[in-house]
Amino acid sequence: MQFFAGTEISPSLPAATASGNNGHMMYVFNRDGICLLYREWNRPLHTLNAQQDHKLMFGLLFSLKSLTAKMDPTSVEKGNLGVPQLPGQGCSFHSFRTNTYKLSFMESPSGIKLILITHPRTGDLRESLKYIYNLYVEYVVKNPPYTPRTPISNFLCMCELFNTALDQYVRSIS
Amino acid sequence: MAAIYNLYIINKSGGLIFYKDYGSAGRTDTNDSLRVASLWHSMYAISQQLSPVSGCSGIELLQAHTFDLHCFQSRTGTEFFIVSEPGTQHMEGLLKHIYELYTDFVLKNPFYEMEMPIRCELFDINLTREIQKDHVA
Repeated sequence: MQFFAGTEISPSLPAATASGNNGHMMYVFNRDGICLLYREWNRPLHTLNAQQDHKLMFGLLFSLKSLTAKMDPTSVEKGNLGVPQLPGQGCSFHSFRTNTYKLSFMESPSGIKLILITHPRTGDLRESLKYIYNLYVEYVVKNPPYTPRTPISNFLCMCELFNTALDQYVRSIS
Repeated sequence: MAAIYNLYIINKSGGLIFYKDYGSAGRTDTNDSLRVASLWHSMYAISQQLSPVSGCSGIELLQAHTFDLHCFQSRTGTEFFIVSEPGTQHMEGLLKHIYELYTDFVLKNPFYEMEMPIRCELFDINLTREIQKDHVA
């Protein structure tokens, strides 16, 4: 799976149609499962505390990736269930939908996982996730005081630009 | 023509009771299909816990790069899921038809024990007919 195949390094802003509250939450995890960023715009129901919620989300994604790699009907050589998959290895899912939410997922080649939870009738958000990843790279990673592999929450006060750009963009996703 | 790769039916405890392959590449042995089924059952339950609003009933559609997975859970907890080509339409309708076939040919069969693997010939025949009616494997 080519990551940025066919697009330039900085994807342009995908066409933003509606305005309003379609984004519920966003998670960013790194390769080791550390939650780098958790943003919440609209979440009426909290089932678990924050730590457990992050762990559960990461665990769900890890297992779903393993499951989709194993279930891939087009590949002949399938690995074993439970073996950690490298980014880009094996078939990976990009979204799932339930009756109350839609989860869109993207993994970068360095193992950074972006998860966006939105309204169930949202369209394909793969381009949007690439754009958000780009925002993350430009405003957070390239910011000199930032130490990699630490949660961004304590660093967010210095990332005004990232916050505003992210909020503005998520609000514009239909 | 849209393709259906395989069909799994899971009982309410997460055990696989029916698996049929309609054309996926490579061989899936029984143990693997059992593991995949129970893993799916747990993921389905966990996805309900992570919902931002209440009233979540689990994953209906999972989209991957090379396949789509459509899932239907009946009121009694039996799960039916189909692995198909990306973008296949009308899978929810097909799943409901399969559920009707299940109630007619499996549940009404006096020799069928609940929660056990399905071994009903009429169910197999009608299922194959239903799947090949609009979809070619």
